[in-house]
Amino acid sequence: MDDRLIISGIEFLSRLWVGTGKYRDFEETRTAIEASGADVVTVAVRRVNITDTKKENLLDYIDPKKYKILPNTAGCYTVEDALRYSRLARESGISDLIKLEVIGDEKTLFPDTLGLLKATEILAKEGFVVLPYTNDDPVMARRLEDAGAAAIMPLGAPIGSGLGIRNPYNIKIILETVKLPVIVDAGVGTASDAAIAMELGCDAVLLNTAIAGAKDPIAMASAMKHAVIAGRLSYRAGRIPRKLYATASSPIEGIL
Amino acid sequence: MRFLFFMRLKINGESAENLRATTIRELLEELQIDSGRVAVEVNLSIIKKVDYNHYTLNDGDSVEIVNFVGGG
Repeated sequence: MDDRLIISGIEFLSRLWVGTGKYRDFEETRTAIEASGADVVTVAVRRVNITDTKKENLLDYIDPKKYKILPNTAGCYTVEDALRYSRLARESGISDLIKLEVIGDEKTLFPDTLGLLKATEILAKEGFVVLPYTNDDPVMARRLEDAGAAAIMPLGAPIGSGLGIRNPYNIKIILETVKLPVIVDAGVGTASDAAIAMELGCDAVLLNTAIAGAKDPIAMASAMKHAVIAGRLSYRAGRIPRKLYATASSPIEGIL
Repeated sequence: MRFLFFMRLKINGESAENLRATTIRELLEELQIDSGRVAVEVNLSIIKKVDYNHYTLNDGDSVEIVNFVGGG
């Protein structure tokens, strides 16, 4: 069965996308990402440490030939900053993808969707593959689609909160509202959360803290891999309707 | 003598005064930074990689050199 994930002509081999933040060290990052089976990894854009340039770099461990590198604009609170980080990320020559974040509030890290929309429009025109991190708001999802986004990435819950998919009905409505792929980004806390996102019909799940912050990140990476595969298969298989009362699985006929 | 005068640059927010580099390429080499993995901005304008060889730095320039780090 053909079940490929294609975004802007790019084929993605996994429906689990993972971040590279908050790991103990690069070795753990590499091992966890391998265990997750993800072929997309997010990275942040930051100043090079010029006082110690011999220090190892993330890309010594995460080979851009093997993984699709998805730079983010984390930490950007204005459209201007988000554009600046996006353009710098692209100029590195490693990726045209951008996980666009325009943050509106420090405490919740909820997106400033007005700024996000503006930045999406500008970057899409500049040829970026724009993947905006947005609210679980179907109206904004449609606006982002119209503005040229390549996929919609609604949050399940605040970044790093591990609260799971707080509003599955809105995610469902987003899936019905836009034609673009929908990737739940942020909020996943454990494997069942990832499975729920996929069972709703999401095209992929992006997470970081749920793996990096687990007691055993490597084991959790593997759990997430299986959860996303199970959730996707389950969605495609078509679940039974929920009913209030029982229906026997064994036949009545032949009962003594 | 070519290096009688050292430029004062600001690199990633820090003052740098004893650098010999006059171009981006030379600056990255002097700082031992792999140009393939970074992006460079001078006075808020991004410098394209093809221009690293001939982009000449000026006294007082503010240079930002960024790369990718772990993030979500």
